[in-house]
Amino acid sequence: MAIHQKSKSLTSRGNELSSTFYQLEVLNGHEAIEAKFPRFDEKVGNLGFKPLIASGIEIFQINIGKLCNQTCSHCHVDAGPDRKEEQMSRTDLEKCLAIIAATPTINTVDITGGAPEMNANFRWFVEEVSKMGKKVINRCNLTIIVANHKYLDLPEFFAKHNVNVVSSLPYYSKNRTDAQRGDGVFEDSIKALQMLNAVGYGKEGTGLELDLVYNPTGAFLPGSQVSLEGQFKSQLKRRYDVEFNNLFCITNLPISRFLEYLLESNNYEEYMQQLVDAFNPTTVNGLMCRNTISVSWDGYLYDCDFNQMLDLKVDAENSRHLDDFDLESLNNRTIILNQHCYGCTAGAGSSCGGSIE
Amino acid sequence: MSKDKEYYFNKNDLKQFGNITEFQEQMGKDYFKWYGNVMAEGALTKREKALIALAVAHAIQCPYCIDAYSSDCLSQGSDEEQMMEAVHVAAAIKAGTTLVYGVQMMNHVKEKSM
Ligand code: SF4
Ligand code: SF4
Repeated sequence: MAIHQKSKSLTSRGNELSSTFYQLEVLNGHEAIEAKFPRFDEKVGNLGFKPLIASGIEIFQINIGKLCNQTCSHCHVDAGPDRKEEQMSRTDLEKCLAIIAATPTINTVDITGGAPEMNANFRWFVEEVSKMGKKVINRCNLTIIVANHKYLDLPEFFAKHNVNVVSSLPYYSKNRTDAQRGDGVFEDSIKALQMLNAVGYGKEGTGLELDLVYNPTGAFLPGSQVSLEGQFKSQLKRRYDVEFNNLFCITNLPISRFLEYLLESNNYEEYMQQLVDAFNPTTVNGLMCRNTISVSWDGYLYDCDFNQMLDLKVDAENSRHLDDFDLESLNNRTIILNQHCYGCTAGAGSSCGGSIE
Repeated sequence: MSKDKEYYFNKNDLKQFGNITEFQEQMGKDYFKWYGNVMAEGALTKREKALIALAVAHAIQCPYCIDAYSSDCLSQGSDEEQMMEAVHVAAAIKAGTTLVYGVQMMNHVKEKSM
């Protein structure tokens, strides 16, 4: 079934939220006087993280392009079929390889997008990284596997290189999933999951890891990861004979298209208040920005994929691009915090690997 | 009188629920601790407990609880259909308890009638 997208990217609609400057203004109050919520950096500072310092680089996360076959309504990347230009070049991917090879502390290469598989250099890059013996994570939106015959062999390709496939599925039924991700997405996602299972993904004893990502389909926080994982496992198995390894609960951060949804549905203030109220000090130590470096399609360096989308580059002034990658300055950099960070510390905490606690 | 005070069931009052400790600290604290334990994952899952709470909220017609547990049900992974079924359970039990008094009425009528 063809996917029918409900919307287009903010960029293609010329929406003012496509400006990172404007998003930061909304988050911080257009005027200082309007700031309704306590400053996140102060909140974290009061706990003794003044400033919050990186703990090293273990995860090298690359957003290799904003091109995607979907236009999900909550997408923090503002990805979509129209974002054709923003693709990491082979030259920059080669620079990434050189850095990964020269940095023994990096144990995981986390590839995200957009739909990473749509980058023309994707397969070559995965092959090169897997030769180095590093763990490769690919954030696959599932539907890409069945979007075109040229992608149908992706499950075999992933299995061959022992890629950890991490895929979004906001719910185990059609209505909720399609409301967030586009009509037809649920059906295609289930097909893709069955194909991944067929080559051994998510099956005991194969070592092929298939993890699902749950993010709420609206202005509410995710519940307990353990409890939701149990539900997803039993329901997906019973209804579709689908198996997977772990469920990661990820809180939607108030940026990009999710910010647009919050503002348009009049939920912004209540949602921010929920995040602020649910601030959990014990999550700060485990924030993913502390052991991650995030690279954009054009080679700039960020503390995480969210800061990347707000164009908040790393604080290490001499090392803000692949061309100037300086491990020492990055290892001890101060993390750039802003109001969206409340999304990572709410409740059990949230990271690309799910709950922090 | 401030606008906030003109209505019963002010939405903002829910946010101040924690302040009930102001007038009776220990009992308030005891309640919140007990509440936390009750709603934690146990023999029933958090999701099941949130659905029960949603049904009770409708039965007692508490607007605060309806908002709070609708959000909680969503967070814990229930969908619209399951939530509406929980409301139907509450409604069916309430209707049943009204109807079952019909037996008392019938008994009384029979007692008083020739
Ligand atoms: S959320 Fe993922 S699948 Fe959806 S539009 Fe964004 S990048 Fe594409
Ligand atoms: S958004 Fe989250 S991961 Fe990124 S800098 Fe803020 S706290 Fe860290």
